[in-house]
Order: sequence, then structure tokens, then C-alpha cells
Amino acid sequence: MTPLSIAFLPLTDSAVLVAAREKGFAEAQAIDLRLVRDMSWATLRDRLVYRQVEAAHMLAPLAIAVTLGLSQHPAMLSAPFKLNVNGNALAMSTTFAAALDPDPVSRVNDPLAAAHDFATAIGLHHRKPIVGVVHRFSSHALMLRYWLAYAGIDPDRDLSLRVLPPSLMTEALRAGEIDGFIAGEPWSSVAVAEGLAEIVAVGTRIWRRGVEKVLGFRTDWMDDNPELVDRLLVALSQAAEWCDANREELAEILARPEYVGQPAERLMPALHGRLILRPGDAALDFPDFMLFHREATAFPWRSQALWIYSQLVRWGEVEPSEAAERAAADVFRSDIYRRALAEAAQPMPGASMKLEGALSTPTAVGAHHGTLTLGPDRFFDDRVFDPGAIDRYLASFSQK
Amino acid sequence: MRIVIVDDSGLRATVLEEGLREAGYDDIHVVPPQSGFVARLERMAPDVVLMDLGSPSRDTLEEMLAVSRALARPIAMFVDQSDEAMIGAAIDAGVSAYVVDGLRKERVKPIIDLAIRRFNAFARMQTELDEAKTALAERKAIDRAKAILMNSKNLAEAEAYALLRTTAMNQNRRIFEVAEALITASELLGGSR
Repeated sequence: MTPLSIAFLPLTDSAVLVAAREKGFAEAQAIDLRLVRDMSWATLRDRLVYRQVEAAHMLAPLAIAVTLGLSQHPAMLSAPFKLNVNGNALAMSTTFAAALDPDPVSRVNDPLAAAHDFATAIGLHHRKPIVGVVHRFSSHALMLRYWLAYAGIDPDRDLSLRVLPPSLMTEALRAGEIDGFIAGEPWSSVAVAEGLAEIVAVGTRIWRRGVEKVLGFRTDWMDDNPELVDRLLVALSQAAEWCDANREELAEILARPEYVGQPAERLMPALHGRLILRPGDAALDFPDFMLFHREATAFPWRSQALWIYSQLVRWGEVEPSEAAERAAADVFRSDIYRRALAEAAQPMPGASMKLEGALSTPTAVGAHHGTLTLGPDRFFDDRVFDPGAIDRYLASFSQK
Repeated sequence: MRIVIVDDSGLRATVLEEGLREAGYDDIHVVPPQSGFVARLERMAPDVVLMDLGSPSRDTLEEMLAVSRALARPIAMFVDQSDEAMIGAAIDAGVSAYVVDGLRKERVKPIIDLAIRRFNAFARMQTELDEAKTALAERKAIDRAKAILMNSKNLAEAEAYALLRTTAMNQNRRIFEVAEALITASELLGGSR
């Protein structure tokens, strides 16, 4: 048995790591998987960067930001495996939500109209709305910015974005310190259950296949331990398949205090994709609320790393350059995924880059080992990201 | 040199603050990481911020460092990135340190070393305290179980204890576990008050 430590945060999307340990997938690969529970992204990042753990459950944009030197001590990170796709929701206080479309279902189903309503609601609100985000370099913050900017909102001018840990969001909302927040589940559902907020936007309706958490390594460690990395990826891939198929049992395991530490019934809305949007309403189905395995979810498309890079450029986090673009794309290591899972009985994408946001229906794509059908991956505004033309993509945002 | 300790454990902050004062630092402030703490911190303009690595509010603090000028050019954790032994020790002890740029590492290292020692000492104290609490709780449970046996079976105290001990040995369990089971059973039967 080879000992291997992975740092994680107590969130529903740590599922694949937890299942790899608890359902014996890591052990079957002769890996003694130790999961180290952290309470902030900063601490998880420090553990990875300063070699206290071998890998970490990371926000995809944070892995890129650390590599680009945007988040404290720079270190080259690599993400050869995506731990999930989607899973976020934006909850706004009932007061703020009252200025939006009165039907919560049409808000989430028509994000175009909802973005415009949000812009109007900002003007009606008694102060500049304060929206909690989990981290500057989170998919949550990028999604919120992408969505609201569509309606002409400048997130840095028209909103105050406040970084708070997800577990403190509900209390901050109750105390009136924030007017809403965007976080991974179960936190939006908790705020709804407590009667404090309504879910007004859902990640999968903004970008139908939004990149969320990745498994991050230090690149030098990953390069020095190819055989161990391959075994880990095999274990994680099997664990992800198990997670997609066994959500009830998964919720029970995640509920334990050493993992997410929340009652299983709080974890079920995200795992089943059945969310209550407004206190007292019936639940609404989101069949692709959070994906672990199907559609080759774990495959790190380099084009997805470049989409994140494009957004970091868009919001002034990084100066555009060929070197930065290259470094960002290189964080998503589809080559390592291919090497590790070449023998696995599952379809392997034929390409490593694709247009992002081009599919509106499930589509079969070129693959080795059988057929691979990718789900619809549209952005709500129908923009398509061509990783070969980032400049043109970015220019399209400044035109009205 | 102004040092701010961000910590919500009153005791740990006190342990650290005392150590720093003994070492001759006198401009020390303790700020709990509650709502609005970043605004307080910003006004204080500290040279060094020490924070519990386990605090969920570290991301909030780093965001403030990214957008404000509270620390002119803050560096996470350490001034000397090459000192991996110290970095490892700090992470093990659960300390993070943010230091204003330009401070020489000879001036900062003693502070971080001291914080590591004090955090470790506090962790040991905490463990001992937990153990003492557990021991006390166990003694209380055993006393209650003895009283139940003395009442219901009309035993002397020594006999009641002997019975608990024999049962525990026979069942290969701890006396405390047998006592707890007895208390639960007795409560279910409505026998104990």
C-alpha cells in the first residue's frame, strides 16, 4: 500500500475522493488514501503548494491562478482529472428576490430575462447589493460575473462581492450583512429551507456543463510519480462511476462528521438534482445539476482551462500574453488522463480541445473504446468559445 | 512592530499574546474573525498578521489583502520560501503568518517560531483538557451506575463497583461502557432519577 494524502473541503463535490476511500477503489489500487479536511481554500492551497499533501480538491480557477502566480506563492499545478461538473446555485434574500419575476421557476429557466430583472432590482435595492462568493478564483464568481455582465451589470462597480466561507453565508444573510450568495450545495438549499432566501439562478442553466472542481497536483510531484498517479486516476474514475449510480448511499457517507458533516437529507437536493427554489414551493428537477462520471465528465478538456483563462483576462485578473495562455492551458492535463485510463473500459475522447458551448443537444463525438455522447454544453447567452480565437471571443463582450 | 492575532479561541490568542509580550513585542492586538473583522484589521495597518490555519475565514482575509492596502505588499505564510522545515512546522502547528513586504526575515522568523511553539503548546493543553473532561465524565457515569445498583440490588458501594468491574471483564468492555449501558437501561425502565 502506498500512502497518499489529498486535502479537501467539506462540500458535496468532494464525493469522488470520499467514495474512492470508503468504497475500496483506492485500496484496490494499493493506495492508502488519506483525506485531509480543511476549512478554507487558502489552507488547502498552502498544504498542496508546500508539499504537506500530494493532491487537492480544487476550484478549477484557483488551480490556474496559483500556476499564473495570482494567489500567493506561485507553483506549477496540474489537473489531470475533473472531480465534477456543475453544482452551484445563486440564492438572493427574499427581499431582493421580490423585485424579480414573481415565478421562481421562470427565473431559473430564463436566465436571459432574469439577468435583466436582476439589473433592475439593483436599482430598486436600498443599497449596493452585497453578494457573497466563496473565492475570487472560483467558478462561482466567474459564473456570477458572466451571467450579470450579459445584462450590462459591471460586477465590480454595481455590486459588492464579498468573500465568505460557504458555511457562514446563511448566518451573514440572516444578519443582513449580505443580500445573497453563490456557493456550492447544500448551502443555497439551507438558506431556502430556513426561509431566508430564494434560489434565483442555477449553475447548470448558465453554462450547462460548467467546470467545477478538479484534482490538483504539484506538477513536479506528478511528473516524478507517474505510476502512482495512474493508479489513483483509475481508482477515482471507478469511484466517480459509483457516485453517479449510488446517490443515496453516497449521501449517507458524505454526511459523516469527518466528511461534509451535514445531514444526508441536506445533501440529497444536489445529488438528486431536485431543488426547492422558494420556501414552501415544490421541488424542481435539474437532471444535470451535478455530474461525476457520465459523458466523460472527468476528462480535462484543455479548452475548458482556456475558457477560465479568458474570464480571468476579461476581469483584469491577468495580463493577456501567449505565455500565460499557454501556462493556463497546460494546467488541464488531458495527456495524463489518457495515459492513466487508456486501458479502462470507458470511452476516451478523441480530441483534447473543443468548442465550448456549441452543443444544444446530446451529440456523439469521436472517441476510442466505443461511443461517447457529450451532453448539451450551451452557455445561456448562446456564445460559443473557440479556444483558437480567444481575442475575438473577448472582443465580443465589449460590443453591445 | 505591530502584530495582529486573528483568532476566535480566546485562550489560544492569550497564550500567543503572552508569549509575544514576554519576548519583548508590545504592539499586539487580538481580533476575532467575526463579521467586519477585515475592516478593523485594515484600520490597524499591521506589519504581521498571525492566523489559525484552520479558520474558515482565511479566504476572507486573503481577499482583503488582495484588494486593500492594509499590508502594502503582503506575502503569505513566510518571508523565506526556502525554509521548508519551518514552513512544514508552521502548517503542522496550524499557524499562518502574513507579513508586510520589506520586513527582513531575521526580524520575522522569531515571531513565527514563537507562534509555532505556542500553537503547539496550546494544542497539547487542549488535548490534556479534553482528556481530563472525558475522565471526569466517565467517573460521573460510573458513580451513577453504582448508585443505581446500590438502590435496586441493595448493595454496598464496594459490591456495586465489583459487580460493574466483573461484568466489564466478562464482556471484554470498559467499566465506563457497562456503566453507560446500565444508565440507559435504567432510564428506559424508568427506574433511575
